[in-house]
Amino acid sequence: MKVGDVGAHELAGRLRGGLDLDTGPFVVRIETPIAALAEEVRALYRDFPLDEGGGLADFHVVVLHPPGPLGLRRWWRRQATVILDEDRPFEPLPADMAVPMLEWSINWCAATRANQYVMIHAAVLERDGRALVLPGVTGAGKSTLCAGLAHRGWRLLSDEFALIRPGDGALMPWPRPISLKNVSIDVIRRWAPDAYLSTPVPNTNKGTVAHVRPPADSVRRAAEPAAPAWLVFPTFEAGAAPALTRVPKARAFFRLADCSFNYESLGIRGFRTLSRMIDGCDSFEFRYSRLDDALRLVGALPLPPAIA
Amino acid sequence: MRDGGTLLRLLRDPGAMPALAPAEWDVVLRQARHASLLARLEALAESAGLLATLPSRVRARLESARANVDQQHRLIRWEVTRIRRALRDLDVPLVLLKGAAYLHAELPAARGRQFNDVDILVPVERLRDVEAALLRAGWESTGMSAYDERYYREWSHELPPLVHKDRQIVLDVHHNILPPTGRLRPDPRRLLEAARPLGESGLRVLAPADMTLHCACHLFQSGELHKSLRDLSDLDALVRGFAAAPFWAELTARARVLDVERPLYYGLRFARRLLGTPVAPDVEPALARMAPPPPVRAAMDALVGLAIEPDHPTRPRRRIGLARRLLSVRHHWLRMPPLMLARHLTHKALARGRDTG
Repeated sequence: MKVGDVGAHELAGRLRGGLDLDTGPFVVRIETPIAALAEEVRALYRDFPLDEGGGLADFHVVVLHPPGPLGLRRWWRRQATVILDEDRPFEPLPADMAVPMLEWSINWCAATRANQYVMIHAAVLERDGRALVLPGVTGAGKSTLCAGLAHRGWRLLSDEFALIRPGDGALMPWPRPISLKNVSIDVIRRWAPDAYLSTPVPNTNKGTVAHVRPPADSVRRAAEPAAPAWLVFPTFEAGAAPALTRVPKARAFFRLADCSFNYESLGIRGFRTLSRMIDGCDSFEFRYSRLDDALRLVGALPLPPAIA
Repeated sequence: MRDGGTLLRLLRDPGAMPALAPAEWDVVLRQARHASLLARLEALAESAGLLATLPSRVRARLESARANVDQQHRLIRWEVTRIRRALRDLDVPLVLLKGAAYLHAELPAARGRQFNDVDILVPVERLRDVEAALLRAGWESTGMSAYDERYYREWSHELPPLVHKDRQIVLDVHHNILPPTGRLRPDPRRLLEAARPLGESGLRVLAPADMTLHCACHLFQSGELHKSLRDLSDLDALVRGFAAAPFWAELTARARVLDVERPLYYGLRFARRLLGTPVAPDVEPALARMAPPPPVRAAMDALVGLAIEPDHPTRPRRRIGLARRLLSVRHHWLRMPPLMLARHLTHKALARGRDTG
């Protein structure tokens, strides 16, 4: 059964007691009494299956309104706070930030606990079985590019995490909602008028944030990994002419390692996994200002030569 | 008596892992993580050849914990080389304690042992030299209050924690294994004399019996009860690893010499009850002589049984909280004389008041 198949009222009830969501590589247990958050979970995760694995979750995220001193926060300037098992990595925030907090919390869980993978802060998309990896620092336009391509024939693997399986170097999909910031929100609304976006939340520490529901087909294929083919480091620059520049392998290696959450902590396994990825990929820097250019240029990249 | 929940059952009998239901794993993996025992579960499963039989989600979680611990061990090994280099001109014996010792002596207790600090023991008369050499080499104080600093220097068995300015691993420099203000007074010279060199490395570790006693001293004596189960699991691994013939006789004899018979008694009692640690039958009479009066023993049984397991929603929170508070009172009581304790607790209460007020 999928999230969207459960009625709104029933889903809110189940979220109050904890709902196990099968997001692909991880089962996430979300527990929240916040009705507005339940509604957004229902919309953003509509196509995800409920987990039927018998109650074993990988991440446990509780989002609630903290009572505050004397319980005053229940009535005045309500907040939302997250509890991840015994960890509380974030300060409580205004209640309307519950949706981004939930998403950041799930990311935090993966980044700190999923060392069975080599993890890169990158968007990943796939076409014809081969993957495009877009590593990026905040503000580089990674998520905009990701949402743009995901609505023009590319399959979304992930917006935030390239999860590389050390054994064979395959990229594991984790097609969760795509996080858009500020002007990107309107860019994607125009680019993909049919896509569902959550209500924009202003004044977060990343500015205004909204999340895009991942395409249903990407969610349906969440168990199909892909082999990496192209490594593209994007930079958004207003008004710039599009330019795709090849990056030498050694330099690409270190730039990739720089974007990794856990390259150093995996020791030799991290080194071998990234080396294999670099060997099998063509790497580029990509400066762009318009999604049309990006779609055309990135879409025309030839497959890298097979390695012996 | 065999009590406790699923986590204790798995530590006693890893063979029970394959039969666990997913919902049981959900609880036990969270408890193990909380108790810093996730990687130890991985080590137990691996030794028993069970990893392949476990559900893939469980395997992935254990694999991740293993990767974390492997990294910690790499960092600790590196840190120890830096400490050795910083102290090389001092001609001071460098004795590793606890996790760093298990790791460098390649003991089974190192398997899956999670830690991110290094503990060393040096002769008390060389403490100033050692501290000065470390400060020259880039270690710094972790920035505590003047009161805490004084507490460490006057009333504790270690220097205030140090950390190197370029790295994150905490270094605790001990001159004894228990505080000088406490009821039990082991003589650190005896520990240093009996310490064993590790090959040509210039490093030493405590003799097997002393290492085991140090581990037992840590149980319920340290203020960190949430780490007690990890310590008990260490004790279990040490005893199982050392259990060759002379060990048991040495253990009870050294407990007497070092004045730590009661910690040994409790350590073995709870290791046996909770983790099924094998104890040689011929030391039973010696252990029986170390026992506290029956009412005390009964109270400790009840408190430790409740306090040692990590929390989860199905456990009685209030009773556990009370048990932990009582054990903490006991810990303080054993650590310093009544007047000093009263002063210390008053200061801490006032400091807390200032922080929150």
